[in-house]
Amino acid sequence: MRLKQNIVITETGFVFDSDTGDSYSTNPVGMELLEKLRAQMEMEEITAYMTGKYDVEPLQFQRYFDDFVIMLRHFNLMEEPE
Amino acid sequence: MEGDRLTVAVTGLNNTDNPGPGVPVVRGIRESRELEARIIGLAYENLEPGIYMLEVADKAYKIPYPSAGTELFMDRIRDVHAREKIDLIIPNLDAELFTFIKLSKQLSDMGIRTFLPTIGQFEERQKGNLPEFGEKYNIKVPESFPLQSETDIRTIEEKFDYPVFVKGKFYDAYSAYNAEQVYTHFSRISAKWGLPVIVQQYIKGTEVNVVALGDGNGNTIAAVPMRKQYITDKGKAWGGITLSDTRMLDITRRLIRDTRWRGGMELEMIKTADGEYYMIEINPRIPAWVYLAVGAGQNIPEALVKLAMGMAVEPYETYEMGKMFIRYSYDLICNLQQFQQFSMDGEL
Repeated sequence: MRLKQNIVITETGFVFDSDTGDSYSTNPVGMELLEKLRAQMEMEEITAYMTGKYDVEPLQFQRYFDDFVIMLRHFNLMEEPE
Repeated sequence: MEGDRLTVAVTGLNNTDNPGPGVPVVRGIRESRELEARIIGLAYENLEPGIYMLEVADKAYKIPYPSAGTELFMDRIRDVHAREKIDLIIPNLDAELFTFIKLSKQLSDMGIRTFLPTIGQFEERQKGNLPEFGEKYNIKVPESFPLQSETDIRTIEEKFDYPVFVKGKFYDAYSAYNAEQVYTHFSRISAKWGLPVIVQQYIKGTEVNVVALGDGNGNTIAAVPMRKQYITDKGKAWGGITLSDTRMLDITRRLIRDTRWRGGMELEMIKTADGEYYMIEINPRIPAWVYLAVGAGQNIPEALVKLAMGMAVEPYETYEMGKMFIRYSYDLICNLQQFQQFSMDGEL
């Protein structure tokens, strides 16, 4: 699970896909998740990090995270497995 | 050429809501650190804004439309040349390109250079020839066929599902959802641009474009891909952004290599949701958004001038992605005297 390499994320939460010219905006939590995905962290590592930092149960976080990744795939921002 | 100073004549000064490429081409040449050029504007209409924009042309002349006849057209070019000693003409409008290509030998004999595709290159990428072009160069193109008369419209449903695109041979493209709409567009387009009118299969996806320059030996000297971010009701880009799309660049380089394209070009493509690229058009000239390429690091007008003048040109390898342009309108205040002078004397 990895973010496409050509995605630019600025410190204000502006997300730019340089392949398509599409741009998006995200909040600070979304930025954190995108950075973890860019670093190719596994689901378990991301869950451990986020539940340690924020007041959220692992199952609840994983549900939100799944939704987030589905949205990223919908916007074609994730590397698809070969 | 006086010393190292070039005299470059440019058409397409119609910087309107359907802008010609003349003004951005001149901006690129003016910003060159290697060229010093006197710019001669060649205009077909009295109200082409580039005539009155002081920073664009050093001198502007009115010229007759090529449709008025080649002799009349050449007489005027000879007249301007006698006064200005033109080194190079850069024609920027589709409707005049055929004439300039045909006259390039005559112009060359007069000492005026051009840097244009050959007649063969120009003809084979015509909208009506696109299916054969796609097959020859192994590029996906939407299916299309020419309408020579209104009766041909009845045959569309045998070939395509609606919607379809209805296109003029030089300009204009409209989507049509039924035969009635095709009739309307056919009448409008054929009255303006003549026959044939082209019907093209509708490909769903995102339109992406590349501005490129070929040296005539198969080498790509410059290429910058762009996506329109804001499109006017005439389908023209009012804002756009450079992309890092390597597949589009590969397609462009392959096409320039295989066709040995000479001159500027704009490649219009549709990228589908599953990542396929369909070429919908090749414009055989620099497009009006070329200044985005200049801003992104590839001064295509400058490179074209250098190629035309036989100067060494290194191919551009990089550009800045995420560079944007936003067009704007601006009210230029002119005096009646200027308008009167251009209208009556044909020069300003």
